Amino acid sequence: MMKFTEEHEWLRVEGDVVVVGITAHAAEQLGDVVFVELPEVGTTVSLDDEIVVIESVKAASDILAPLDGEVTEVNEVLVDDPSKVNEDPEGEAWFFKLSVEDISSMDDMMDEAAYKRFIA
Amino acid sequence: MTDLRRTPLFDLHMSLGAKMVPFAGYDMPVQYKLGVMKEHQHTRSAAGLFDVSHMGQVILRGKDVDAAALALEAMLPQDIIGLPVGRQRYAFFTNDAGGIEDDLMVANRGDHLFVVVNAACKDADVARMRAALEPKGITVKLIENRALLALQGPMAAAVLADLQEGYADLRFMDVATLPLAGAECWVSRSGYTGEDGFEISIPASAACEVAKALLADERVEAIGLGARDSLRLEAGLCLYGHDIDVSTSPVEAGLNWAMQKVRRPGGARAGGFTGDDRIFSDLAEGVARKRVGLRPEGRAPMREGTPLFVLETGGDAVGTITSGGFGPTVGAPVAMGYIGAAYAIPDQRLFGEVRGKRHPVRVHPMPFVPAGFKR
Repeated sequence: MMKFTEEHEWLRVEGDVVVVGITAHAAEQLGDVVFVELPEVGTTVSLDDEIVVIESVKAASDILAPLDGEVTEVNEVLVDDPSKVNEDPEGEAWFFKLSVEDISSMDDMMDEAAYKRFIA
Repeated sequence: MTDLRRTPLFDLHMSLGAKMVPFAGYDMPVQYKLGVMKEHQHTRSAAGLFDVSHMGQVILRGKDVDAAALALEAMLPQDIIGLPVGRQRYAFFTNDAGGIEDDLMVANRGDHLFVVVNAACKDADVARMRAALEPKGITVKLIENRALLALQGPMAAAVLADLQEGYADLRFMDVATLPLAGAECWVSRSGYTGEDGFEISIPASAACEVAKALLADERVEAIGLGARDSLRLEAGLCLYGHDIDVSTSPVEAGLNWAMQKVRRPGGARAGGFTGDDRIFSDLAEGVARKRVGLRPEGRAPMREGTPLFVLETGGDAVGTITSGGFGPTVGAPVAMGYIGAAYAIPDQRLFGEVRGKRHPVRVHPMPFVPAGFKR
């Protein structure tokens, strides 16, 4: 099941890691993405750290770490083809995977229905 | 956000699904459903329709057009007296320090001059022209009942030719009065995208009709301000308030080409405009900084305000980016800015500081894409 943050990120638990991306709504608001800068694998991150830079044709913005954890994998495809973020934001265009000690804080995040109300 | 003005095409923008933003006091479309990237590419490959009705359209009338030209020329470093009937020219108002107060287009429409100024400057420009021209018996009339559309791109002429005779016969910077979809239009073959194209002034009551007639052609898409900005940036064209302003001289800005010989030292009507001493000394002695094109070597766009350095670490900034973003046709980031004149040489490598890190960028000739004008 996917969870959503007020920062327009989606999170999905896959085995022992959490996969993170931005929502279709966020991608649409950003406009055409032209540049993505990803964190280094192995980086330890804390909640709300700015760990990804996304630049669209309009402006630069950040993705914040949605949880405390360690980056275990990043999606290098986005660096070479940033337009994937607009094409498939909630699928192929995930940004990074985090290994997280305590995923219980995900319980408080929005589910899909709640997120839909949030952006309505 | 209150009291934003609307152009005559506001309802059409809404019906086309435009995303609206405040711009120079107007509620304007920044993009439509295609998005900035595709709108940009469509304009370069086919034809794009832009609503530029927020810009100021002004008519100057004296006892004849020569009287209006004589009076306006005293305000500008351009040759207006020598501007033939049916022709248009790029110009700018200057200040005492030789800076640029606004850039504009001036057309000789036979019995009057037609001037188009930037939206953000139009009140100041009208006041400036009234103060300088009315004592000389020239009337200055801000036209508020006409829309202004731009149709830009390599297929613009063919689209118009299918609707009406006469458009395709115009050369670059020609102006004429021509009908379109039954409305009397004031047309120039010009624009601000680096492509062939037309700017068309239309009675407000007919603007929607004309826009719909153009959009009915499958070669035409509505294009917002987002793509207008990336198109003009790739074309190396200045955006007033960013790449040129009250503190930049035309010589620093690389706009010498827009100051005709007759108005320069040694010319028959040299000087006589505000700031002529500063501009002439810039011409004679050179300038300390120059506007240049810049190509970041990496993929990260360098935006307005990015400082430029000679070294990867340390040292003082030698310049600043004034416009920058992603160039969809170039397929990479592009920018322009001012740098110390010593560094204003093609391929000069500099470093732009983005988010605290310095990234390589090279001085690059402009335009970044070949111009498509029909001369």
